[in-house]
Formats: sequence, C-alpha cells, structure tokens
Amino acid sequence: MRYSAFSIVRNALSGNLNWKPQWRQPQPKSHYDVIIVGGGGHGLATAYYLAKEFGVKNVAVLEKGYLGSGNVGRNTTIVRSNYMLPGNEPFYEFSMKLWEGLEQDLNYNVMLSQRGVIMLYHSDGQRDAYVRRGNAMWMEGVSAELIEREQLKKMIPFLNYDHARYPILGGLLQRRAGTARHDAVAWGYARGADQHGVDIIEHCEVTGIRRENGVVTGVETSKGFIGCGKLALAAAGNSSRVGEMADLKLPLESHVLQAFVTEGLKPCIDHVIVYGGGHFYISQSDKGGLVFGAEIDGYSSYAQRGNLATAEHVMEEGVSMIPGLSRVRVLRAWGGVMDMSMDGSPIIDRTSIDNLYLNCGWCYGGFKATPASGYCFAHLIARNDTHPVARALRLDRFARGYAVDEAGAGPQPNLH
Amino acid sequence: MASLITCPHCGVRPKEEFAIRGDASLVRPAPSASDEAWHDYVYVRANPRGRTVEHWHHVAGCRRFLVVERDTVTHEVYSVVDGAAAAREAQR
Repeated sequence: MRYSAFSIVRNALSGNLNWKPQWRQPQPKSHYDVIIVGGGGHGLATAYYLAKEFGVKNVAVLEKGYLGSGNVGRNTTIVRSNYMLPGNEPFYEFSMKLWEGLEQDLNYNVMLSQRGVIMLYHSDGQRDAYVRRGNAMWMEGVSAELIEREQLKKMIPFLNYDHARYPILGGLLQRRAGTARHDAVAWGYARGADQHGVDIIEHCEVTGIRRENGVVTGVETSKGFIGCGKLALAAAGNSSRVGEMADLKLPLESHVLQAFVTEGLKPCIDHVIVYGGGHFYISQSDKGGLVFGAEIDGYSSYAQRGNLATAEHVMEEGVSMIPGLSRVRVLRAWGGVMDMSMDGSPIIDRTSIDNLYLNCGWCYGGFKATPASGYCFAHLIARNDTHPVARALRLDRFARGYAVDEAGAGPQPNLH
Repeated sequence: MASLITCPHCGVRPKEEFAIRGDASLVRPAPSASDEAWHDYVYVRANPRGRTVEHWHHVAGCRRFLVVERDTVTHEVYSVVDGAAAAREAQR
C-alpha cells in the first residue's frame, strides 16, 4: 500500500472502502535469519534497515502486544541532537539527519516538524554550561544558537521572565530539532519493513531463549518455538527480563515516566520549550493539545502508570515557566517503562553470546534516537561490526571506565 | 506507588518525604575483591519485576536509612524496617 494524491482521490471516489492494511499479519515461519524481540520504534527501524540497507530480508519482529503499544506511542515526540559528550553527539546527529530524510525514505508522513528546541537558562552558571554545550555541538558540525533574554522575549513572549527564583535569562536553540508524529513513525517503519519482506508478528510474547553449545538457536514464544540465526533484543523497559532468559546481567533499572496532554488550543506554542529550573518540556501537537512531561517518578517500576505527586510536580514546573498554563485543562496522562542505564546513555552491542545482540538503555530519550538506533543496530547485526557513530555505546564501557554520563550523576539510574 | 509509607520510627508518612537510594539486595564486596565483583556491585542490577527490596532514606523525617520491600508491578509495599536493624538481622 503506497500513498499518493492519486490514491486518495481514487479511494475517495470508491467510498474509502478499498484501503488495504499497511502490513500483513503473517503466521511465524519455523526459522528466520534474524529475529528481533520488540516491535517498538527501535525494533521496527532495525528490521527496516536490515532489509533495505543491509540486504537481510528473512527477518521477523516479535511484539508481545500490538504494534506501537509501548514507549514509541507513549513519548512526547521530541527529536533533537543537542547533546554534549563526544560519545553521544555524533550518534544523535546521525539520527537527526535520518529524521530529515525519513518521510521521503519511507513514503510516509511522519509529520516531522523542525520547529526548534530551546533549552532555557536561569543563571550565569547555567548560561556558561549552555555556551559550552553549544560549542561542543558546533565541534561536531551541529548548529546551535544562544538566544539572549531580549531576543527571546520577542520570540516567546509568554514565559515568566521575572520569576523570583528562576528568572529566564535566555536559551540555547537548536533550530533543526522539533517533533515528529510518534505513531506514524512506528507505522511507517512497520510498513516499510513489511514491504521488504519482514514478518511482523504481533501478540507473540517471547517466553524463553533456547541455546545450544553457547549459541542461540531460537526463541520460545506464545506461538511456539521459532528458530533463528541471530537474535536481537530491543525490548526497552523489559530488557532485563528478556536478557535474563539468556543469563545476561544488565546495567539497567526499569523506571516509570509520565507524559500529559491538554485539551486542544489554538496555536500558541511554536517551539519545543525546555525549562532549565527543573526538567519540564512542552510542545503543541498539530491537533492543538499541549504535550508535556518532566523527569521519571524516581522509583523502579514495571507498571505503565505514575503517581499523582509527580503529576503535580510536573504541572508546578510548567506553570512556573508559563503562568498561562494554569487555566489549561489536562485531558490525559500516561506512563511508560524506561530502561534506565547506569550512565544515562544507551547500549547497542554484542553480548557474551556470539549471535545475541543487545539494544537497550534508552532511558527517556529513545524516541529521537529511533532511526539511528535502528540503523546502527542493523549494521551491527548484519556485519558483526559496530557502526562508527555508536562506538561509545558499548555494553562493557562501565567495566572499562568509559561511561558516557551526560548528566554527571554517576551510577544512580533514578537521577539520570 | 503507595502514597503512604509506615516508617518504623515516625509512623505513617507521605512517600514524598523519602528519597530512594536503590537496590538493597546487593552486598558490598570486600575492598580487595576482584574488579568484576566491584563492577557487578556498582553497575549490574537484577531489576526484578515483582518483589524488590530497596534502601530508602527518610529525608524529611528521622533521616534514617530504611529497607523497603515492595512490588514493582502492583506498587504494594510489604514491609519497612530500619536499615541498621535489617543489617544486624542479616548478620545473625
């Protein structure tokens, strides 16, 4: 099923009764070259790039729920590449470049909107830190702009500039960053992978990993045993549980992160705005709802729901940055399970088992990384070699003393 | 997460008074233990789905470290005991 202006007209004239499903619902085959566990954004992107860029077409994606039911449909849709550390920034910039070409590549409207992400600063010290981060971005060839207070007032007039504790002095702006329609990203990758022959098997939970002579031979699932040449794990918040099936010990804790959306409003917030006094971020969806979130709740959890005290804290941060928000009604709140790593950075690597590959530790920044994560993971699986931009994101980096700790918080997952 | 935590020293208190330090099932290795043992202690987590024990610090109360046993799926809290008491119990 490909879309074009012509197909819209043709289907309109036939009463919109002839649209076909975007991907097949195949029964699992007995054996695949590669099985990917997890049909979220990263798993689907991995399957798509494996088939399209690396010529590995006998691939299955196993998803225990329905497609897009996990974090890919639960995030705040922000895409950006304004990281500081040399191990991270090239990776996220690679992702940003893939985002910029994704709609053409997939022939799918993922509604990428490069509206700019601005991170506010509230003190001279924080300004210095953002100048440093902006310079680090420029060193990797990524544009960043420091917006001073007077200029920012013209750009975003409704902020609480004269807050007694956190006055807004300016911000660091990445103009190319923005948002994308998260569900469409999952659907676009799924359709693309399906067109290249990948079997996407929904409602198929992996319950065990079968090994013989130290290599993986297949997975036990709710639909029976499926054999594989290589097994790739992209199970996000459930990575520890899936890894346990192969005796992997992972540097992860699963935590809950909440997100919120308000009733629809007329266009009022033109950018993604990130509060520097806490960690509140907000943007406006194309439907008009304000989409926002903040930090994780702080306790390890596998429940896809958070608690009210955190919701209250998030709203307080929002109102302290944009007082006008106090009159807006929140429609919905939801939670997702984050695979928090011990340094706040992800892991894309081989494991101690030769044909078992691991993609996890995305903390709460996985959505923006979807294209690069899929591409680099596919590269690793197909060639058994780490992609150049993912060299720092190895599993053994903690043992070697090369943690990529963007927040400088140490091995304390609830602080990243 | 349960909204109320019964601190053994302070009684029933809102959970916002507590800060979570993390997994209490880990045993600190001897100073001379291998790098691998230290790596596992500092970085590797069992990350259980279900029952877990954690160190909680009652920051806005008695400031004692507590051992809280709770469920990571249902968020039910099973028990809260003083950290020092739990350590003494474990040594016996």
